[in-house]
Amino acid sequence: MSAPIKNPAAETVPRQPGLAGLAADWASDQRTFKDVSWGKAMMWIFLLSDTFVFGCFLIAYMAARMSTAVPWPNPSEVFALEIGGTHMPLILIAIMTFVLISSSGTMAMAVNYGYRRDRRKTAALMLLTALFGAAFVGMQAFEWSKLIAEGVRPWANPWGAAQFGSSFFMITGFHGTHVTFGVIFLLIIARKVWRGDFETERPGFFTSRKGRYEIVEITGLYWHFVDLVWVFIFAFFYLW
Amino acid sequence: MVDVRSGIGEALPPPEVEDVELYHPHSWWTRYVFSQDAKIIAIQYGTTAIAIGMVALALSWLIRLQLGFPGTFELIDAERYYQFITMHGMIMVIYLLTALFLGGFGNYLIPLMVGARDMVFPYANMLSYWIYLLAVLVLAASFFTPGGPTGAGWTLYPPQAVLSGTPGGRDWGIIMMLSSLIIFIIGFTMGGLNYVVTVLQGRARGMTLMRLPLTVWGIFTATVMALLAFPALFVACVMMLFDRLLGTSFFMPAIVEMGEQLQHGGGSPILFQHLFWFFGHPEVYIVALPAFGIVSDLISTHARKNIFGYRMMVWAIVVIGGLSFIVWAHHMYVSGMNPYFGFFFATTTLIIAVPTAIKVYNWVLTLWRGNIHLTLPMLFALAFIVTFVNGGLTGLFLGNVVVDVPLSDTMFVVAHFHMVMGVAPIMVIFGAIYHWYPKITGRMLNEAMGQIHFWISFIGAYAIFFPMHYLGLIGVPRRYHELGEASFVSTSIAELNAFISVMALLVGAAQILFLFNLVWSLRHGREAGGNPWRATTLEWQTPETPPAHGNWGKELPVVYRWAYDYSVPGAPEDFIPQNQPTPGRLSHEAAS
Repeated sequence: MSAPIKNPAAETVPRQPGLAGLAADWASDQRTFKDVSWGKAMMWIFLLSDTFVFGCFLIAYMAARMSTAVPWPNPSEVFALEIGGTHMPLILIAIMTFVLISSSGTMAMAVNYGYRRDRRKTAALMLLTALFGAAFVGMQAFEWSKLIAEGVRPWANPWGAAQFGSSFFMITGFHGTHVTFGVIFLLIIARKVWRGDFETERPGFFTSRKGRYEIVEITGLYWHFVDLVWVFIFAFFYLW
Repeated sequence: MVDVRSGIGEALPPPEVEDVELYHPHSWWTRYVFSQDAKIIAIQYGTTAIAIGMVALALSWLIRLQLGFPGTFELIDAERYYQFITMHGMIMVIYLLTALFLGGFGNYLIPLMVGARDMVFPYANMLSYWIYLLAVLVLAASFFTPGGPTGAGWTLYPPQAVLSGTPGGRDWGIIMMLSSLIIFIIGFTMGGLNYVVTVLQGRARGMTLMRLPLTVWGIFTATVMALLAFPALFVACVMMLFDRLLGTSFFMPAIVEMGEQLQHGGGSPILFQHLFWFFGHPEVYIVALPAFGIVSDLISTHARKNIFGYRMMVWAIVVIGGLSFIVWAHHMYVSGMNPYFGFFFATTTLIIAVPTAIKVYNWVLTLWRGNIHLTLPMLFALAFIVTFVNGGLTGLFLGNVVVDVPLSDTMFVVAHFHMVMGVAPIMVIFGAIYHWYPKITGRMLNEAMGQIHFWISFIGAYAIFFPMHYLGLIGVPRRYHELGEASFVSTSIAELNAFISVMALLVGAAQILFLFNLVWSLRHGREAGGNPWRATTLEWQTPETPPAHGNWGKELPVVYRWAYDYSVPGAPEDFIPQNQPTPGRLSHEAAS
């Protein structure tokens, strides 16, 4: 832990706005993204990499859908439910989307309260977010079991191209796994917030590093990403 | 262009982040086995990569024995031959080259060269290694499964990769291979995030991006590329695994196998090729860019001269990295895709020759009138330049559609990619090991053994791969277990094949000498001291050799200059370390 060398001249150099500031940051030493911690930078770069994973999944699905010679099942009908005698296309997906988008709202509020060091509200909002996430996964499980009961399999389905079932289970399954991991992270971090780990700077179990409230925001980045990916899946798989 | 500032009176930026909290190991296990120190992890990565690489080397011997002396070895039947070439290719490209450059050299050199105490996330870094080891074990285990490893060729093209005609297609082989790749990608992502964030956010005071040694630039750019290219392979592996295990038809068209209509239908084999090569072409540069970077530093240090055109070198690395994402379909000229695609991809492919040529010119101009020391690292660096130019020139042939079509699937292709991404990067790996071994162990590698190793490897590699171009040009196809009597080639190719095989055995044997040297020099090598090559970069300025946990003792280094202050006029020594504020005695002082 070296003592910082005093250099008032350098400390008073103002940060420039706009493009000049961008160039100055990239030309500077130590850090390229000046206000970004290591953890946050890592999450952003991971999400960029994960974007390519989901991008490849979706492009592969689109290629399969466009090149198939057999008709593609109509998603509006496949994902329709009979509720109280009314035929409602895509109703379950609409509710799932609504729940997931709402969870992004509660997550954003949790981040805000985290930086205000309001332990109770932060933890409560994170738990609520996790609850929404779990509800989403639960509804997805319902959707899967309904389709399986109707005879949809990864290798075949009653209505048309076999790639419908393959893509559906693969893409929603991969996204659902992401949501599940997100719920687990949320619960772990919420517990730490509740216990006051970030007030007492308690070292992490694995990393033995001090935790900071920033981890709430980093978890939030992941959560918003998973949410955003769902919007694309919703648009390209269900609405197309 | 030369980025030198004297430290005195110069506004040096204040430290922006507090010093890191390092994990301090308490036992032998956490110090040497489950270590979170990037230097130990680097050695673990390197040892594992070389160990599995030796398996691939042995496989290449078996391949050459069959090609050189067909019918002599009953052990090598057609099935085994395909299994050998598949495993040889996959191990060499992914589990040896990628892991050794990024996991090995990346882990060791990035924190030291940027002036950090360690990688930014040591725990994730440790996990990265153990997951990589798991991937290697799964891969190695496929040799012992019923049916043996997959024999689909390293590109694993469906539909043949999952059909019964291919070894391992209906057995465990392909499943193990795809699982191993998926595990590898997960592990690599953990390490890759570390390397990228360390370079971007964990540099020392005064270390700007444009003062980074080119080694770091090469590894950094390659890691960014890997983080964006491996997802395509990941997705392709998952989809093919589903095709094999669940009976989906992502890549499987309607197929009649052994007179039986399979359940598959409607899938696209070409889709796999696109996904695979969207990963596969960047992969070439994931291996090549670290080699470019390292070789630049070797040449500059051992020619005692600053690298020519540093900024151009950096931009060339970045431009090559970017371009390599839009050239992938030049591997697919004969796949039956739209010919206009071929036109586009041929153009982008040839454009890559421009930044690559800039790099080669700059290496040569760095050597020009330099004070060239023919040390072992320099010899390997020179061998790299020659080999890379050779391999690059044949790349121009294969990049053009009309020339590629008759050459594709011949030995010419095999010769081309072995020169450009086999021999050339391996030469750099050897050079780099001879260069940094003294820092890692504190002892020099034995010079005499090194000379024998170099000359046999260098001349031998040419004896192996030069004739192979000729074989390809006259039409000898690749991936044939046995050519038999073919009317289109003379029977005299058998003699050439036998010659190549003998040379391959010899070059392989020289690598065993190299491994012996690595072990022997640990105890008996000459004491190296802290900076035996009189190099400028930060890793040679550590207070201890080998560097201790935390690298820098109490004070983190402060960087005052770029990495290439060799033979600066007026300086008392012919090198000025990056962390030295003033050049030492100035010329007018020396005169008075």
